Formats: sequence, structure tokens, C-alpha cells
Amino acid sequence: MQALLHAIVEPGFFADGAVQTAAALGGVVAVVAGLIGVFTVIRSQAFAGHALSDIGSAGGSSAYLIGLAPLWGFVGISVLAAAAMERIGVQRARGRDVATGVVLGVGFALASLFLYLGMTYHNASGEIPTILFGSVFTLSASDLPLVMGLGAVALLVVLTLYRPLLLASVSPELAAARGVRVRLVGGAYLLALAITVALCDLTIGAILSTALLVGPAAAALRLTGRPHRAALLAAGISLACTWLGLLLAWDSFYWPPLRHGWPVSFFIVTLVLIAYLAAGALARGQTKRG
Amino acid sequence: MVNAWIVASLAAVVGGAVGFFVVMRGASFVAHAIPNGSFAGAAGATLVGASTIAGLGIFSVGGALGIGLLGRRGRRDVATALTLVFMLGLGALFLSLSAESSEAAYSLLFGEVLGISANEIVPTLALAVASLIVLGLLWRPLLLDSVLPERSSGRRLLAVDLAFLLLVAMTTTMTVPVVGTTLIFTLMIAPAAAARALTARPGVALALSSAVALVTVWGAIALSYTTNWPVGFFVGALGACAYAASHAAARSGDGGPGRTAGRG
Amino acid sequence: MSDEPQSTLTHAVPERAEPQVAGETVLELAGVTVELGARRILDDVGFRLKAGELTGLIGSNGAGKTTLLRVILGLLEPTRGTVTVNGADVGRSVGYVPQKFMLDPDLPVRARDLVALGIDGQRLGVARPSRERRERVARMLGAVGAADFADARVGRLSGGEQQRVLIAHALISHPSLLLLDEPLANLDLHSARAVVELLARIAREQRIAVMISAHEMNALLPVMDRVVYLADGRAACGRAEDVVRADVLSRLYGHRVEVIRAAGRVLVVAGEGDDAEPTHPHHLDAEEH
Repeated sequence: MQALLHAIVEPGFFADGAVQTAAALGGVVAVVAGLIGVFTVIRSQAFAGHALSDIGSAGGSSAYLIGLAPLWGFVGISVLAAAAMERIGVQRARGRDVATGVVLGVGFALASLFLYLGMTYHNASGEIPTILFGSVFTLSASDLPLVMGLGAVALLVVLTLYRPLLLASVSPELAAARGVRVRLVGGAYLLALAITVALCDLTIGAILSTALLVGPAAAALRLTGRPHRAALLAAGISLACTWLGLLLAWDSFYWPPLRHGWPVSFFIVTLVLIAYLAAGALARGQTKRG
Repeated sequence: MVNAWIVASLAAVVGGAVGFFVVMRGASFVAHAIPNGSFAGAAGATLVGASTIAGLGIFSVGGALGIGLLGRRGRRDVATALTLVFMLGLGALFLSLSAESSEAAYSLLFGEVLGISANEIVPTLALAVASLIVLGLLWRPLLLDSVLPERSSGRRLLAVDLAFLLLVAMTTTMTVPVVGTTLIFTLMIAPAAAARALTARPGVALALSSAVALVTVWGAIALSYTTNWPVGFFVGALGACAYAASHAAARSGDGGPGRTAGRG
Repeated sequence: MSDEPQSTLTHAVPERAEPQVAGETVLELAGVTVELGARRILDDVGFRLKAGELTGLIGSNGAGKTTLLRVILGLLEPTRGTVTVNGADVGRSVGYVPQKFMLDPDLPVRARDLVALGIDGQRLGVARPSRERRERVARMLGAVGAADFADARVGRLSGGEQQRVLIAHALISHPSLLLLDEPLANLDLHSARAVVELLARIAREQRIAVMISAHEMNALLPVMDRVVYLADGRAACGRAEDVVRADVLSRLYGHRVEVIRAAGRVLVVAGEGDDAEPTHPHHLDAEEH
């Protein structure tokens, strides 16, 4: 038993302080992303979520430039970008992907500028891979309260709006006829999404964070037709992918031939994709039998 | 400098033209995902010592097929997002394995137009011509399926869709060395969206889109040359300006052709 | 969004089965005019709907049916005129079934969940599950004949099935008025007849005023108590045999139309020889199938 465990988990995994911090932070973010992501997928806002995270890279790099912690950059710019998308109509079905695209283009432009300035004036090139691809191992335990606080805010928004948000996601018309202020509810949700995306940016990096947001939720939606269950399942899948990804990244230090650690984000993203494909196969198997 | 000018102009014309259909089909996310994901191809090519163009080509075509086939079952936006992040994840892996400098990653992501050499002109020209020929051949089916997807059979719809995705992949391959993986996207969306706001005629919109892209790129190169700031920044900023200006112009001219009464 | 306690929702509205004065007015429109820019969508529309009656809102595409429904729902403020709904809160006293919309087949919402959202979907927070709530939803699903597919995802139901679920969603909050926007479009003849019969039964048994918009009146003729006929934003109202007449409709359209009755069906066509108002060509096929 001990030998088997050692074969799967390389020594030192559970004892390492960085791993414990990463597991706690990654776990919080994974659960929040899974729960919030269900609505992102139902509302077909995967592109908006992805754009927010990409734009987050501009925030991360600008925060570095002015000497702030990247998290504030991520949160600040994601919320700003969400507001801009709301203004130019991300909630309308028609033309919203163009609106998202234009905001994203501006975000990229800023990111390229800030990264360039960072490299030129601060010799910050070591930070770029962290901002773009993230590394949960570089976070410190002192980040935990802040991450948990922001995650709680996002969850609180979605739990408070749960019923009107679900109704408006099924049909904005139906919700409006019941007196729901559809645009207000959608805007509040976009805010929760921006916060969630910023948290994902921190753990698996600005350009990969969509994986945690969209993948587990989409996999869960294939497996269950009940809204509560889908949310819980998505959180579970997200958590499993994150922790397994951490374990594999730890193990990869010992893998031949390089004996060079592989990026955590790579494992998390790959596991998420596998979960999505497996959920699809499982769902198809069920319908064939049923 | 002249090389950069020629290659960037080719990229702008093709990007603007393909972008017309990107906007028509509501495929902004795809147009973002294929170039952005192909970044992994370039990183992988450096790792194994192959040519960058080959790496970009393989990954952009692979991404196009992945999106097209995964998107057949389930949601298109989810399929696009997952294909993209998977390719980016591979890119992160390749980068970390090859211990590539972050400046190299930066130039792949955001472009390095001023470093283009003369021997890149011929392959870029060939790809540009090929893209425009394919676009010309697919003009009617693409237009029809973009407006009335219900009219076509499922198999034909898939074929046209895959052809369109491959067109985006081809454009990606030729444009990445110029503006980087992230900003091709701006070159495809903003000019086309601007053109659509100004005219209701498809042929004119396509030409206008290419023209706006061309002006954007020329302006960006000139500004980048004088300020030494990254060219990608100016492409993004000028593209957004063109979009905002065209929408302001369309609004002042009796609501514009893109607007409808929204009843029903 | 209202803040009243849960109990008002479940108990305040009396059961509709108890005897009421016949013909109690539920909705009254007077002089309703809607202008969007230079276009006049609705022109001085006025009528009353009474409890227990089924009314057809008939008109071709673009005649203003959806606009009229939006005005009644309070989603659109009329330029002039008044709308009085029995009960102050439109969201509760008016049930609404929108035009058929495309629902995502993967949406994780069962028929049961959508009906439950009809009870208090506008409230904040998550609903507390209770046996009473579950039973109320199950009763409603049974009443519209949707019990067999209560656990299926709404996006995977057929058009007729979705229609029943949406009706249950609208009815579960005991509205005094039920509005349906083109519920019969895209339904086959058999499903359409079943839905119409269901609605007629609901109107009579639960003493609800039901209004159904349609561009084709024949499916509604056997059950329709009254008709509101819209053409070009103007309305003619009354019993079907009083409104669907050549002279009334000719006045409404502003040019001559004929009403042809054959085999129990009604056909409205442009009058022959008359100048057929080239500005409104879409009215000519108003009642063709």
C-alpha cells in the first residue's frame, strides 16, 4: 500500500508548504469557478469570460508596472472590462461577440504595451510567463484570505440572484414579464464573472483561466438536467482537475528524461478537456441505453 | 522596413477580407482562438527545431478541425474555448521545456513586424493569394450559409463551416509573424465590424473592411517606428478607433443600415 | 422584485373555482396609442377582457400584436391611453407565454424546475424546498397534461410539450389574466387543437381571462368567445360573428376586403376590383394558410 502510494505520489507532496498553499488556494478558486461557470455556459458567455481573463493579462502586467500585487490588477481591469462590455451590449444575443471582440482587442493592445514597458524599464521578463500562464505554486499563504473573500463575494452575488438569474437565462422575455430587471441581473452576474475570472487568472494564468470556468461547467451540463446538481457537479469536477493537476505537476519533477517540472496549468487544462470529452461520451452512452 | 511594410499590407488585406465573414458568421471567438492557440505550434517548433511557419500551420489547422468537429456536438463557444485553452496549455508546456526566453514568447504573442526579412515575402504572398482564391470560390456558399443556415443540409453546412475554419487557419499562419497571435484577431474583427456599420452591400463591405485593415496596419507601423512602442498596441488601439468612429458615423446618418426596428 | 413573505404568494389569491359574478372585468384598455419615432404601431386601441372568457387577438404579422401584449404586460409604456389590470402587480396577476423560442437542449432545467420558477422566479435567493411546493408543481404539471415529461430538460421537449410547460409556468401563480403570444405557430394541427382545448378549459374552469394572439383564426373559432382584430395598429373588438364581417374589416383595413365562409372555416381576402392599397400588401394574405 505504502509502495503503491509512493508510486503515484512522489515523496514530499503532502508535507510541502507550497503545495499546501497551492492546494488551498487552487481549491477555493476551482469551486468558485465551477459554480459560477454553470451560468456562464448556460448564458453562452464563454467568449465574454475568456475575453475578461485575457484582458486580465493587461491588468496583471500593469499592476506589476506600478508595483501592485497582480491580483489587484486582475480584479480591477476585469471589472472595468465587464462594465465596458455591458455598455456596448454583451447581453444582447446579436452582435455581442463583436462587442466582446472589440473590448478584447483593446485589452490585448494594452497588455502588449504594459508587458513591453515592463520588459524595457523594469527588466520584468521573468514575470511574463507567470502573468500569462500563471503558477499556483508561486502564491503565498497570505493571499488566502483575500482570495477567499473575493470568492465569497462572487458566490454571494450568484446565490442572491439565483432564481431571477436562472429564469432570465432560460428566457429574458419570461423573466421581464415577471418584473425581473433582466439587464440589472445580467450586469450583476457579469461582475461576479469578472471577479471569478480574476481569481482564475491568478491560479492558472490569464490565458488559461477559461478552462476552469467553462470546462467543468460544460461537462456537468452534459451529465445532469437539474440546475443545483449541475452546479455542485461542476464544482466537484473543477476541484478534482485542479488537485490532480497539482499532484501531476509535483510528480513531473521526477519524470525522465528531463527531470524538469512541467507547468501546473498544462495539467489542469488537459484534465479539464478530458473531463469534458468523458462527460460527452458518458451522456451519449446514457441516451443510447435509455 | 520595406519588407515589413509589404508583408503587413498583405496580412491586412487578407485579414480584413476573411474578417468580413468572421463578423457575418458571429465567429469572433473562433477568430480569436485559432491564432491564439497556434502560438503553441510556434513554441513547439522551436522546441524540436522545426520551422515556425510549419508549427503555426499545423496547430492552426488542428485547432480549426478541433473546433469544427467538437462543436458539432454541444455548444460551439464551449468547444472553441476548450480547444483554445488546450492548445495554450501545450504552448505553456513547450515554452517551459525549451526554456525559451520570455522575449521570444512576447514577440510570438504580440508580433515583431519590424524584424521581418525579405525571404518571408514569397511564402506570405503565396498564402495571401491562396486565401483570396479560396475566399472567392466560397463567396456564395459562405454568404448564403451565414445569412440563412436553415436552408442548407447538415452535411453541406459542416463542409462550408470547415472550409471557413481552414481559411481562418491559413490567414493565421501567414499573419502571426507580423502582428503576433493575439492581434491578428483585432485585424479580423474591428475593420470588418466597422465596414458592416457603414454599408449594407456585401461586396462593398468586404472591400471596405480590407481597406480599413490596411490603413490600421500602415498607421500602426508608422507609429510604432517613431515611438518604438509595440506595433500590436497600435493595431489594437487604431482598430478600436475605427470601430467607434464608424459606429458614430452610422448613428448620425439616420440609424445606419445595420439597425432594424427590433420588433416581432 | 417584491418583498412580501412567501405566504402571500401561495394563499392570498382565492381559488378560481369558487363562484364569481359572471363577466367580471379583468383588463381594460382605453385609447392606447404607441408611437415609435414617426411610426404609429397602435392607434387608439380599447377593449375589455372578462374573467372566464377566451379572446383571440387576430392580425397579420406586423399588425401590432406583440406590441399590444408588451403594453399589457407593462414592458412598454403607451404614448397615450390607459391600461388597467385587475390587481396592481402585473408580474403576478398576468401570466405570460412568449412566442416559441429556441431553447438550448443542454440547459440544465427540467420542466418541473421551469414551473417552479413560475411560483417565485423573480425573488432573490434560492427557494427553500418543501413537500408542499413539490406537490403544487406536480399538480400543475398534471393539470396541463405535462406529468409524463416533468423530468425531461425543457430544451429537449417538442413544441407542443414546451407549450404545455410554459402554460403551467404561467398559471401556477394563479393569474387573473393569461396572455399567449402565437402559441399555435409551429404546432401541427393535432397539437394545436389540444392546446386550444386545454386553454378553453382553463378559462372556464379557473375563471381566468385568456387572450391568445394568432395570425390565423380558424384554429380558435370553435372556442373563441370574443375577438380583438388588429390591422395596421387599429382594432375592432367584439364577438367573432360581429367582427369578422366584410363591412367591419373593410373599415378597419381602409380598403375593401371580403370574408368568405366555407366548410366551417373563415377566409379574409382583399376585395376584387378595388384598389388594394399598395402600401399594405402584407394584409392581403392575412388569413391564408
